[in-house]
Amino acid sequence: MAVPIRPQPRTLGDSLRQNGVSRRGFLKFCAATASMMALPPSMAPAIAAALEQARRPSVIWLSFQECTGCTESLTRSFSPTVENLILDIISLDYHHTLQAAAGDAAEHAREQAMHENAGNYLVVVDGSLPGPGSNPGFSTIAGVSNLQMLQETVAGAAAVVAVGTCAAFGGLPKAAPNPSGAVAVSDIIKDKPVINVSGCPPVPMVITGVLAQYLTFGTLPELDAYNRPMAFFGQSIHDRCYRRPFYDKGLFAETFDDEGARKGWCLYRLGCKGPMTYNACATMKWNGGTSWPVESGHPCLGCSEPDFWDAGGFYNAMSVPVGDSGNVLLAAGAGGLALGVGASLLGRHKRAAAKAGHETVTADELEQKL
Amino acid sequence: MMSSMDFLLFTKGPLFQVAIAIFVLGILIRLVEIFALGRSRNFAEPRGGQVIPGLKTVYKRFNPDPGTFRRAPFDVVVGTVWHIGFIVALLLFIPHVEVIKATVGLAWPGLPNPVVDAVTAITLLGLIAALIHRLTHPVKRFLSTPEDYVIWAVTFLPVLTGYIAYHRLVNPYPLALGVHILTAEIFLIVLPFTKLTHIFTAVVARWFNGANFGRKGVQS
Repeated sequence: MAVPIRPQPRTLGDSLRQNGVSRRGFLKFCAATASMMALPPSMAPAIAAALEQARRPSVIWLSFQECTGCTESLTRSFSPTVENLILDIISLDYHHTLQAAAGDAAEHAREQAMHENAGNYLVVVDGSLPGPGSNPGFSTIAGVSNLQMLQETVAGAAAVVAVGTCAAFGGLPKAAPNPSGAVAVSDIIKDKPVINVSGCPPVPMVITGVLAQYLTFGTLPELDAYNRPMAFFGQSIHDRCYRRPFYDKGLFAETFDDEGARKGWCLYRLGCKGPMTYNACATMKWNGGTSWPVESGHPCLGCSEPDFWDAGGFYNAMSVPVGDSGNVLLAAGAGGLALGVGASLLGRHKRAAAKAGHETVTADELEQKL
Repeated sequence: MMSSMDFLLFTKGPLFQVAIAIFVLGILIRLVEIFALGRSRNFAEPRGGQVIPGLKTVYKRFNPDPGTFRRAPFDVVVGTVWHIGFIVALLLFIPHVEVIKATVGLAWPGLPNPVVDAVTAITLLGLIAALIHRLTHPVKRFLSTPEDYVIWAVTFLPVLTGYIAYHRLVNPYPLALGVHILTAEIFLIVLPFTKLTHIFTAVVARWFNGANFGRKGVQS
């Protein structure tokens, strides 16, 4: 009888210990998660206890019209981090980029996970999908259209997490002219909770934070108007930006190599979309807390907001209108001149006609008429 | 349902194009009509030049004559303050400079945000004071037409919404900014067809007065 060399971890706690994560490291992660979710520090032990006992939830990860950047973001986070291990530890039963199985075996894994965990599994989606009105052949997996696969898979799910701006809002595929008729997950799924974790890509810890909250409380996080977790998307980049004092003082970099840029002044005039962008970059940073776009001297692109590809040039200040104002001005100017000349000609004509039509009358003539 | 981002992109995009088109079309029709109509020929011999006296009068009428100031100090002081404040906030706030640069290609240095912020606050107070004065002063009230109240609102709203957006008093920010842009667009659309045309014609009318003085050889 074959004896397993290592017992299969039953809970998250077992699995973390098996992977060599210290108790201290684990509690630090719980404290960070608590503060990220704006919970009091006293909640950290509760999170720890819940995560310790959490059963590995089954996660089915569907990748549709995407660039794999979201998966890269997640897997390239500093290794081995607790975030990484949490991901190892959820039962990631289907992820066609990461799984070893291919073809029928892969699709079989998805169907099996759906069957065995009916009603309890999480579906993570990255990438948009061709909408019901467009050609389903634009994006298929194993001959199944994205739309059909999403509807089938989500039918038995507990909740859906739309990871990345493509899944959350349509992203790049949906940018004008949207050749594939791309839609967001929430455009299709109306009867299940959909959590949007937007960003291009999203901060890895935001993804694990949402999963941690689900494991801890068994509930979904508080969401904003775009169904994004308030804990991570509650504040704008601008409000948490360390360069904000320069904005308030009116000190701006005007090119990428001027004095202001070297001194780290505000990047508003270089196109920073921080004031309209809600994300956690300014507080959680990237690459294990090394830096983030604004810190490296590049304006925020607003990647966690809907339609950010079509929201004007990345290097145009946020106030700058979208579209070809110059030609509109020229056309309107020419039209205005022409109509103005026309109006004045009409006026002159009226004046001339009045002059020509003027009849002199004498007092006698008037009296005769009376 | 339209999200706040959709709304912002609508006001920044198509609506802005419509607004500047109506504004340019309208204001050019009005001005060209006035200029091209011409004046009847003056047969009197000119006693001096017209250009310099015209410009002199444009400048001089910024100073109220003592009689006007004595009769209506409130109107002179508050009117001057909020007009200057409005122009400073409009033309010297950095995001506005960026809009003008992107639209017509002209740019100039702006003022630090806190300065514009203070000026905006004073402008708001000035506009509110002007409205209260208009409503409480019996003669002003009698003379006021509905149009006067409309253009007060059209002028007041961009300043108010700009203040709200700058201080992020309304969330989400795209909504606050979108509303500000929308009110500015209403201002642009309404401008050529109301008393707001004085922004362009006041200077022309003053110059014409001064030029007449010059032609007649009297002090301008």
